[in-house]
Amino acid sequence: MRFDTVIIGGGLAGLVSGISLQQAGQQTAIISTGQNALHFFSGSFESMQEVPKRTLDLFAGAGIRVHYNPGVRLTPLGTFREAALSLEDTSLFPTPRFADKILIVSFAGYLDFFTSFLAEGLEKQGMSCRICVLNLPELEKLEQGPSEVRSVQIARTMDRIWEKVVQEIRALLRDEDTVILPQVFGLQDISVPGRIRQGVPARVVFAGTMPPSVPGIRTQMLLKQRLRVLGGTYLMGDEATRANIVDGKVHSIVTRNLGSHCLEADNFILATGSYFSKGLKTNPFSIFEPVFGLDVEYDEDRNRWYDPAFANDQPYMNYGVRTDAALHGLHKGKPIGNLFVAGSILGNTRPDLGSGAGLAIRSAQVAVDQILSL
Amino acid sequence: MKLQEYTESRHNFEECMKCTVCTAYCPVLQVNPLYPGPKQAGPDGERLRLKDPWFFNYALKYCMNCKRCEVACPSGVRVADLIQSARIRYDHTKPKLRDRILASTDLMGKLTRPVAPVVNGVTGLKIAKSAMDAMLKIDHRRTFPKYSGRSFEAWLRSHEKEQAAFPKQVAYFHGCYVNYNHPDLGKDLVKVLNALGVGVQLLDHEKCCGIAMITNGMSEQATRHAVHNIAVLKKAVVDKGLTVVTTSSSCTLTLREEYPNLLGVDNSAVHDSLLMATRYIYERLEAGAKFRFRTDFHKKIAYHVPCHMERLGWSIFSERLLRMIPGVEFTLLDSACCGIAGTYGFKKENYEASQAVGEPLFEQIRSVNPDIVACDCETCKWQIEMSTGYSVINPISILAQALAE
Repeated sequence: MRFDTVIIGGGLAGLVSGISLQQAGQQTAIISTGQNALHFFSGSFESMQEVPKRTLDLFAGAGIRVHYNPGVRLTPLGTFREAALSLEDTSLFPTPRFADKILIVSFAGYLDFFTSFLAEGLEKQGMSCRICVLNLPELEKLEQGPSEVRSVQIARTMDRIWEKVVQEIRALLRDEDTVILPQVFGLQDISVPGRIRQGVPARVVFAGTMPPSVPGIRTQMLLKQRLRVLGGTYLMGDEATRANIVDGKVHSIVTRNLGSHCLEADNFILATGSYFSKGLKTNPFSIFEPVFGLDVEYDEDRNRWYDPAFANDQPYMNYGVRTDAALHGLHKGKPIGNLFVAGSILGNTRPDLGSGAGLAIRSAQVAVDQILSL
Repeated sequence: MKLQEYTESRHNFEECMKCTVCTAYCPVLQVNPLYPGPKQAGPDGERLRLKDPWFFNYALKYCMNCKRCEVACPSGVRVADLIQSARIRYDHTKPKLRDRILASTDLMGKLTRPVAPVVNGVTGLKIAKSAMDAMLKIDHRRTFPKYSGRSFEAWLRSHEKEQAAFPKQVAYFHGCYVNYNHPDLGKDLVKVLNALGVGVQLLDHEKCCGIAMITNGMSEQATRHAVHNIAVLKKAVVDKGLTVVTTSSSCTLTLREEYPNLLGVDNSAVHDSLLMATRYIYERLEAGAKFRFRTDFHKKIAYHVPCHMERLGWSIFSERLLRMIPGVEFTLLDSACCGIAGTYGFKKENYEASQAVGEPLFEQIRSVNPDIVACDCETCKWQIEMSTGYSVINPISILAQALAE
């Protein structure tokens, strides 16, 4: 089967590339081994110092509501981090001291939202907090089961009963100027977070939860839908196993599900992510990229891959695939002319700085520009 | 150094990072609070079961084996295989009469064929449905598949000579549904392949693939079927050098993946030669073969990707063939489970969950309002037809309708 561009990796970098290329009239296919880092998304596309108009247009076209306000966002642990481009339901503040009195609301049985951590962090900034736990019969049904209550299960219920939550919060509010809720709203119906903000007579801040990330899943569903509407192909649950390279160029990709039926294209984008999604693999002796065998930048001495102090900066997080300035992947030092590398497989993404999303978008756009200018 | 090869765990369960992504995509977990969910039932539970089988949880029977957890897993854990393997290994309760009846699709086909009109009449009666509900716990709200008076095998045998005259040949694993319930689908396949200059042969007596036996606690019978089927497939593939085509995504997944992964039956000699007919046809067209289509075929088609087709990763072929037909207005439906999962939805205890799982899909079909829903799975067909009233047709039959005479 033949496409204009085949993209390996279905996360943010792959989807942004696919949508941009489809919009430019190309036929693209995305190969995605399982779900992606958007399921751990904070709600902020960090390390985007400036936001090109086309990024905003791409999100608008997919129905994803974003806002751009350089400042800080609240983390699930009650600390603050710089952020600018964010989903609309992720609040941004000019300074960490964003309120005087805060009501933190959670739900009985929900263990993935740490209200006391939040309160401690906020009190450090001089804000006073009160924690309330809502008992909702609709959630009790979830709790009866042997499975843990997770953000997505709650979110499915909340899409139906959010009005009731608003009523409960109205009754709970005393003199607080701000209400903090777990980010479990608007999984299917994206208007819900905004309608909650309208219904509560105080500022509403949604704080991140443990994974899976509800705003992240929503974002990826909308991006995938957009790709499909534009006529792109998304091969879910398939895996690129190797590449056929002829005369220094990628000719086609072999996948696990399609076997002998290769995917051919003029250009290829490698956006398979880092270690978690197996874009990079390790064994006791080396770190390697499994599809093309691209050159990987890492220390020869394995003892220097990591710092024994767990919380320190870990060198292995900076390792990634080598490219030239145009993001062509390097194989034995030579660029592969029709292969571009995007996203966190490039290395130097630091989860502690939350820089993955910004790198994904920016590198995808570089790759797309190269392909369209060829 | 191939250290990893020696550290690979059964169904990759040690690769689980506890990221919980699978729980977001499990259709059962969304509607049935009694089900522990794929993460607990699969890799988490496996850790405990390896220590002591006492930890086996009978609620694992609520798993529909739709494989959506595996498709979603970023770490390559075969979650559904873990769950089904655990049921095979640890659940020694004897299957109920009802489950044995539902799982024995080819035996039921053989028994009912001589009296098909009577059976079809009776299973449509309210009183019979109530009786089956009361005695067997087969839900009375279900519509039953109809049985055909003449089997597909008998029909194709009567056309053996003309089929053998085609220059190129394939073998066809038709499955129970085509043989006993819906021979027309098999006839449509013959028509479509003949149009490409390809003749169709039967295998040397295939048996039911056994998928319903695996999920109904009859893995020994399923294994016997698997051993038999691999032997007859080898005769076609190895001895005669034929490709074997299929029209059911679930039979295909069972023959290709469940035999080695769940039943431990080696299929490596035939694995790569077993193809959905849509893939085979697409590849013929890519190699230069051509269809002559009618010019007056105008249909709005919504394509539903069955769960097992999603796991195979081959829906792209059906999609491309349908889009190729002039006069087709094509919509790809969101990939979502219809809720029937083979025999699962027929069981009284699962009926409500089954319908709730399918509701988002039914709603989308109603809003698209197509002339035809296209789908490569027979049980999805029953479920969608019963639940929405739209007619559901296999892509092969749609191709057959669209071909110029």
